[in-house]
Amino acid sequence: MLSRRIIPCLDVRDGRVVKGVRFRDHAVVGDIVELALRYRDEGADELVFYDIAASPEARVVDVAWVERVARVIDIPFCVAGGIRSVADARAVLHAGADKVSVNSPALERPGLIDELAREFGVQCVVVGIDSLRDEDGEWRVRQYTGDPLRTRNVARRTLEWIEEAQRRGAGEIVLNCMGSDGVRAGYDLEQLRAARTVCRVPLVASGGAGAREHFRDAFVAADADAALAASVFHSGAIAIPALKSWLGECGIEVRR
Amino acid sequence: MSVVLVDSGGANIGSVRYALQRLGVEASLSADAATIRAADRVILPGVGAAAPAMARLRETGLVEVLRGLGQPVLGVCLGMQLLCTHSDEGDVDGLGVIDARVRRLRGGDGLRVPHMGWNRVHRVAPHPLCAGDAEAGWAYFVHAYAVPRCAATLATCEHGEVFSAAIGRANFMGVQYHPERSAALGVALLRNFLA
Repeated sequence: MLSRRIIPCLDVRDGRVVKGVRFRDHAVVGDIVELALRYRDEGADELVFYDIAASPEARVVDVAWVERVARVIDIPFCVAGGIRSVADARAVLHAGADKVSVNSPALERPGLIDELAREFGVQCVVVGIDSLRDEDGEWRVRQYTGDPLRTRNVARRTLEWIEEAQRRGAGEIVLNCMGSDGVRAGYDLEQLRAARTVCRVPLVASGGAGAREHFRDAFVAADADAALAASVFHSGAIAIPALKSWLGECGIEVRR
Repeated sequence: MSVVLVDSGGANIGSVRYALQRLGVEASLSADAATIRAADRVILPGVGAAAPAMARLRETGLVEVLRGLGQPVLGVCLGMQLLCTHSDEGDVDGLGVIDARVRRLRGGDGLRVPHMGWNRVHRVAPHPLCAGDAEAGWAYFVHAYAVPRCAATLATCEHGEVFSAAIGRANFMGVQYHPERSAALGVALLRNFLA
């Protein structure tokens, strides 16, 4: 049986891992390769690296660190940030990444998803979605969230965008619920459940993990395929081996 | 030992090459017939879709070269599927060195396709490729198409249906999972292939 995945997320800025709260005030957490190896050793199932500055600054992700990670890591990893074209994606995949994730550039030009899927297959095309509930109760997508000054609302409804992204060739959806991100009060189960009803490809929960129960809830209550977290892992508040043993005891299939 | 990674246009070459480096083997990337024929081991990697990958092998004249190889050949993921007779992905004929057909995973209730993540594999036929630590354990999969269990199946995995995690016939072998990303089991498999 396919296991549920635990994915530490490493936000990268200028070649270092950083972490902010609600997408602001980024502080340096550590070296990319050191952290990648630590999480591999602890039993992380996959790693996601977001080059959070690349998209707002219209830069392509720096492939030098992608290559450094690929040389040492024997678990899969995904790279996001500033991938705007088939050529950009090819450079990142060539450097050794297993998947690419597109977010803001796919909103600018949704055809990018089709092109990536056609060229590399749907299995390595991940669409990241930053989503926030508006006052009218609708979840809508946000763009350029790596930079608070440039973050902007997009008219797209989150659930409609999830459907369109899949139609175009997304092989996986990472739903980052911005309302719960960084505050460690649990994943946004309501939004994840709504997303699950329209998402036929793997769905990755993101934003809000603070306790081991939150991971269980994402898997059991929202049927997410994977749960992504950053600060609880970086700070050591949750140790991955202990988390996985506990999830196993809860009857959830995890790789141990 | 000389190992050649066949340049079939797939983009994800780096990760396989680095995995071999960690085992002390420097692999070269080549689409040159003579280089491929002269190698001790040939790996056909591949992330992408079957039809463009086969089109590229045809353009570079490698179809006959690969079919005629006598040394151990390992197809990885799409590379494994290309060794088969036919793929439903793009309705394209493969190299045909292993008598098997590639079909789309059916998926279904709670079964997402692509099959993406860690799943258990079990060896079902004795074979040196899947010996020792590569016999059973967790492997990392990312694919939407698969080879149903058949006479060439060496190891299986299950995602709603049983499919081939590893296949082999004579000197041609393939794994559906990514050994370069399957931690201990993947390392063992690559070691077996190089042994």
